[in-house]
Amino acid sequence: MTIANILLVDDEVPFVEAMTRRLTRRELHVETAFSGPEALERLEAQGNIEVVILDVKMPVMDGIQTLQAIKSKYPLVEVIMLTGHATVESAIDGMKLGAFDYLMKPCDMEILVDKVKEASQTKRRHEEKIIQARLKAITSRRP
Amino acid sequence: MKPKQPERMMGTDRNPYYRWLTRNMVLIVTLVSLAPMLAVSGIILKEFHHSYHEKVHAHFKELVQKHKQNIDAFLSERLGDIRFIASSFTFAQLSDEIFLQEKLKLLQKEFGPVFEDIGVITQDGLQVNYAGPFKLGKALYSEADWFKASIQTDYFISDVFLGLRGLPHFIVAVRQTWKGSPWILRATIDFAAFNSLVENLRIGKTGFAFIVNQQGAFQTKPRFDAIPDRTAFKYFADDGTPGADVIHIVERSDSAGNRNIYAAGFLKNGDWLMICQQSMAEAYADLDHARNIALAVLLAGGLAIIVTAIIVAKKMVSKIAQSDREKELMNQQVIETGKLASIGELAAGIAHEINNPVAIMVEEAGWIQDLLEEEEFHASDNLEEFRRSLNQIKAQGRRCKEITHKLLSFARKTDSRIQDIPLNELIEEVVNLSAQRAKYANVTIQTHLDGDLRPVRASQTELQQVLFNLVNNALDALEPKGGVIDITSRLNGRFVEMEVADNGPGIPRQNLERLFDPFFTTKPVGKGTGLGLSICYGIVKKMGGEVDVRSVVGGGATFCVRIPRPPDES
Repeated sequence: MTIANILLVDDEVPFVEAMTRRLTRRELHVETAFSGPEALERLEAQGNIEVVILDVKMPVMDGIQTLQAIKSKYPLVEVIMLTGHATVESAIDGMKLGAFDYLMKPCDMEILVDKVKEASQTKRRHEEKIIQARLKAITSRRP
Repeated sequence: MKPKQPERMMGTDRNPYYRWLTRNMVLIVTLVSLAPMLAVSGIILKEFHHSYHEKVHAHFKELVQKHKQNIDAFLSERLGDIRFIASSFTFAQLSDEIFLQEKLKLLQKEFGPVFEDIGVITQDGLQVNYAGPFKLGKALYSEADWFKASIQTDYFISDVFLGLRGLPHFIVAVRQTWKGSPWILRATIDFAAFNSLVENLRIGKTGFAFIVNQQGAFQTKPRFDAIPDRTAFKYFADDGTPGADVIHIVERSDSAGNRNIYAAGFLKNGDWLMICQQSMAEAYADLDHARNIALAVLLAGGLAIIVTAIIVAKKMVSKIAQSDREKELMNQQVIETGKLASIGELAAGIAHEINNPVAIMVEEAGWIQDLLEEEEFHASDNLEEFRRSLNQIKAQGRRCKEITHKLLSFARKTDSRIQDIPLNELIEEVVNLSAQRAKYANVTIQTHLDGDLRPVRASQTELQQVLFNLVNNALDALEPKGGVIDITSRLNGRFVEMEVADNGPGIPRQNLERLFDPFFTTKPVGKGTGLGLSICYGIVKKMGGEVDVRSVVGGGATFCVRIPRPPDES
């Protein structure tokens, strides 16, 4: 059983591959993308993505722009920003735009997994609340 | 041509640009000051010269006029005396020898020895009667010039001539008629008496007077020690109208080349010319004296102006040179800051590029570590060795991460905006960045930081640069023997103090004074630009702070930077 479905987005292929292997070993289902637009396509194709691990510095469409696009289309999907030190300010900006948290590369795997679990649970709680709210709305409409 | 402004500073005396500037300033100040002074002095001197000349000329004119009148009066009086005798007595009476001698005695008694002799002459030129000291009775004058002139006119005064007696004299003659025939009564005027009238006229040491006739012959005896100019009469005769009652003044050189002033007036109805002459040097001695004093004062004033101009120009050029040096320093500072910013950007780029491969390495190591957890590897003899090795890879990866983070941190702070800087953090950062070099130089960097310090208002980059320079200098001083660098931060009155002290060889006294001068360095060629401390000085001064140094040879050196506390705090 997988703990969470995640999408790992980074333009560094070896990094993505290593991370995927390690995260998968920790019972996470990992989808990968190597750019912002590809990440959006994956989200579209895989409807069950709960957490996106997103690199800040990427060509074409950077992490902040990708985050904005994800949040506008999939507001419940949680995003963890992954950054080098130079882009800490960008990661903080990301937090203001709705990112769940940020971590600096290279990061400790156990901390990352904990963050992912936390984000996944948060998403699930939000979904639960929405479902409850909808059910309440439906039941309250009955005569 | 204007020399090029210097790129590198040097003494104002050696630099062609500053020499040119000094010369121009001296020239302009001197010209502007001297020109009006010279113009005013020149005008005053000219006016004074003109007035004095007029005064001297007036004096000469008055003198000549007075004596001319005296001589004319003397001649007309003597003529009047003879005319009186000629008209009062008959030819027959005057032809009597005793009678004539009595008359001569009477004249001499009345006028002194002016009348030398007296004679009666017929129309044929025969002197029929004579009274006087010479044996001139029965002398025949029919061929004498004066007789020929006298017989033609009612009265006549001759020029001075030697005549039969061979002595200078002149004759006063009156024509009368006796029984239809003209006759002449003539008298000889004593030359000495006449001469004394002119000889007594003396002006100073070189001034004297004389009379010449129309041919330029002397009618009076000039002074022995002077040679009057014989061409003078011709000059005045050509210039003026003979007989006119006008005194002419001329200043010219005589034949000996001496400059003289001549004043002349016509006598005896234009027959004679009385000339009064004096050396111009004597006539204008007072003027020359006054002019010399004025010139001396002018010269002294001019010299004072030039000396003042030189001193003022040198001081001003020295100020300009100092200002240029400060400008040069500022430019160097801007360049250094620019270099630092470029280094920062480069560091950021490198750090980011290194960070990603390091992250991959660490993740791959992590993956191997994950795999080693599989049971199949547990039996391996080298399992522990693998784990140790992987941990080492991860540890070194983290070390790389820290280094790149430090570089990125440094790069982010390469702007010169004024902001609140936590001084202790900045010190720690610089200490961290210098730690590697300190390690290889066997230097221990110790910090004693006041934890209560509040941020100072400064440029992060500039303050960092100051501390970097001081720490690097201390490291340079301690290499290769090693030692200790103490960095202290504390509050001191209205300043926040940051002290960098080393226990190195210290700085010689003669170098202490020049330590903050641009381009001053004691490091080997190629090692130091000599700008580090001068830039530090400039930065700290710009912040309104101070920087000083205490050092004794063998006792290390301590640099103290004082930065003003923010206004609300202090």
